[in-house]
Amino acid sequence: MKKTLFDKVWDAHVVKEMKNKLQILYIDKHLIHEVTSPQAFNELEQRGIPVFRPEQIVATADHNTPTTDQHLPVKDEMSRKQLEQLNKNCAKNNITLYDLGHKYNGIAHVMAPELGITQPGMTMVCGDSHTSTHGAFGSIAFGIGTSQVAQVFASQCLLLEKPKSLRITVNGTLKPGVLPKDVILYIIAKLGTNSGTGYFCEYAGTVFEEMSMEGRMTVCNMSIEMGARGGMIAPDETTFDYIKGREFAPQGEEFDKKTAYWKTLPTDEGAVFDQEYHFKAEDIEPMITFGTNPGMGIKIHENIPAEDNASFEKSLAYMDFKKGQSLVDQKINYVFIGSCTNGRIEDFRAAANYIKGKTKADHVTAWLVPGSQQVAKQIEDEGLKDIFEQAGFQLRQPGCSACLAMNDDKIPEGEYCVSTSNRNFEGRQGQGARTILASPLVAAATAINGKIIDITKQAV
Amino acid sequence: MDKFTKLTSSAIPLAIENIDTDQIIPARFLKATDKEGFGENLFRDWRFNKDGSINTEFPLNDKTYSGSILVAGDNFGCGSSREHAAWAVQGYGIKVVVSSFFADIFKGNALNNGVLPIQVSPAFLEELFAEIKKDPTTLIEVDLGNQKITILSADSSEDFDISDYKKTCLINGYDDIDFLVSNKDDIEAFEGSRA
Repeated sequence: MKKTLFDKVWDAHVVKEMKNKLQILYIDKHLIHEVTSPQAFNELEQRGIPVFRPEQIVATADHNTPTTDQHLPVKDEMSRKQLEQLNKNCAKNNITLYDLGHKYNGIAHVMAPELGITQPGMTMVCGDSHTSTHGAFGSIAFGIGTSQVAQVFASQCLLLEKPKSLRITVNGTLKPGVLPKDVILYIIAKLGTNSGTGYFCEYAGTVFEEMSMEGRMTVCNMSIEMGARGGMIAPDETTFDYIKGREFAPQGEEFDKKTAYWKTLPTDEGAVFDQEYHFKAEDIEPMITFGTNPGMGIKIHENIPAEDNASFEKSLAYMDFKKGQSLVDQKINYVFIGSCTNGRIEDFRAAANYIKGKTKADHVTAWLVPGSQQVAKQIEDEGLKDIFEQAGFQLRQPGCSACLAMNDDKIPEGEYCVSTSNRNFEGRQGQGARTILASPLVAAATAINGKIIDITKQAV
Repeated sequence: MDKFTKLTSSAIPLAIENIDTDQIIPARFLKATDKEGFGENLFRDWRFNKDGSINTEFPLNDKTYSGSILVAGDNFGCGSSREHAAWAVQGYGIKVVVSSFFADIFKGNALNNGVLPIQVSPAFLEELFAEIKKDPTTLIEVDLGNQKITILSADSSEDFDISDYKKTCLINGYDDIDFLVSNKDDIEAFEGSRA
């Protein structure tokens, strides 16, 4: 039988098939962080169940960490306690932890790929919905709740029904200035926020084949924003070249052996998907969102559509936008470049490329938050730090930061923030904050101009 | 986990689509290391005005409505994987959430905490909203055994789906951990076969 990439990886991890379509699925790697793990550790402890495979777990502190003065004790008491709890739990259960300040510390979904922990054909989970990021390598990776974190602690397995399969094909050549973020925002704007629910999505076509690993991660990262538990891209030479030589990647002969296996993973010609969508690369333009879910996106020069629907109107009222309005020339006071969606070196290169030799508008507060310590180091090594500082941007320390505003990096009430993160939900970046999602290029251009500009009119 | 079999209650209507987990429980309340107290902050930024006063127009604060059933617009629970959202719903005293569509992760998290998500047809959801509007004390009966939800005043009902396994778990108050741990021999055999 012809199999999809997803079928091949999934089927290779089924421990046991139960009645009623349920399967016990084996999990290769489990990433954990401070916010969604403490209750799972408590659960196990209360039941007297040990952590089954601690060597397959990697922990990082990312959601709730400050992005300044990381060498000092964390000021917020509850945040500090949560981090201490992670520390204690990892020490007690022999789990590797990249704590605040460690050279490998970073957002789980930035750290694991750059260390070579993420590999094709794996199953990976984390108590975070953006775990779908790792699917860029041709792995099955998805977010889980804390009860499931406890299940994986206890058994290295989950009890699941196999999701349906979906393929999104984008062929053609992207226009200049169109980044991977625009591709995924375009897809979500076309399909809506729940079209992927119940599915695992494969992204196929020349656009993804030609995309870098970091671009593929940006795309897979936002799969959950259309409801899909995960996204995947077939592993190829780009994937193998990226993994080769990384800290925890297979080495020497083992690497060759693994690569031979990884090459068998792409979807067979003629394999059938439960659902398929096709888009043309040439139709995609730089995107921005205007509402309070990631599906509410438009091309940057388009006007806000006019939908007659209470939820749509509630959303526009929150954003203080009107139907038919253009967002070009909209004054913006905050810009955030970072997160597990766009906090990698290529994102900062794209921003720096635009910013070089310019300075930000006086009224703009521009935060740059690297996705990991290693990205922070690259920014410095490549001289990007100087470009950013000369332009008046604030380069902060790694973490999830203003993507979810659990720490002090909050956008004030009523303010607009052009953000490279993944969610524009009400209050996501701070109570009353208004988020406009965009690519790192659009975010950089907004900071320089102090307003949203039609980037397609500039040579980029 | 609490057991669930049958429930008859009035309902709280929340006719908003795409309610995400950041609304159910904002991120600033995720700093706790236990599962207690999240109910107090359920829909925090909708329940309270900017000055901290109670938003009396929000259905959860509107004394007209009460009960342990929440009826919500399409695509309830989208967004993050935070189980804190399920803990907040449960902690507030909600035992059943009815919508025409649920996001995957929230649905799983709810079931793992003894909260029953019931997916109904858009037409039945409309009828529910209409009946509750007409009479906020209207009683809704949820019968998990027969997988049936009934608006008693309108004598209108609909069957709903739930996996047999999850149904058994809810009725008996079981969760997946016990089940998975009881399969450890198979799991170890699987690991051995891959080495």
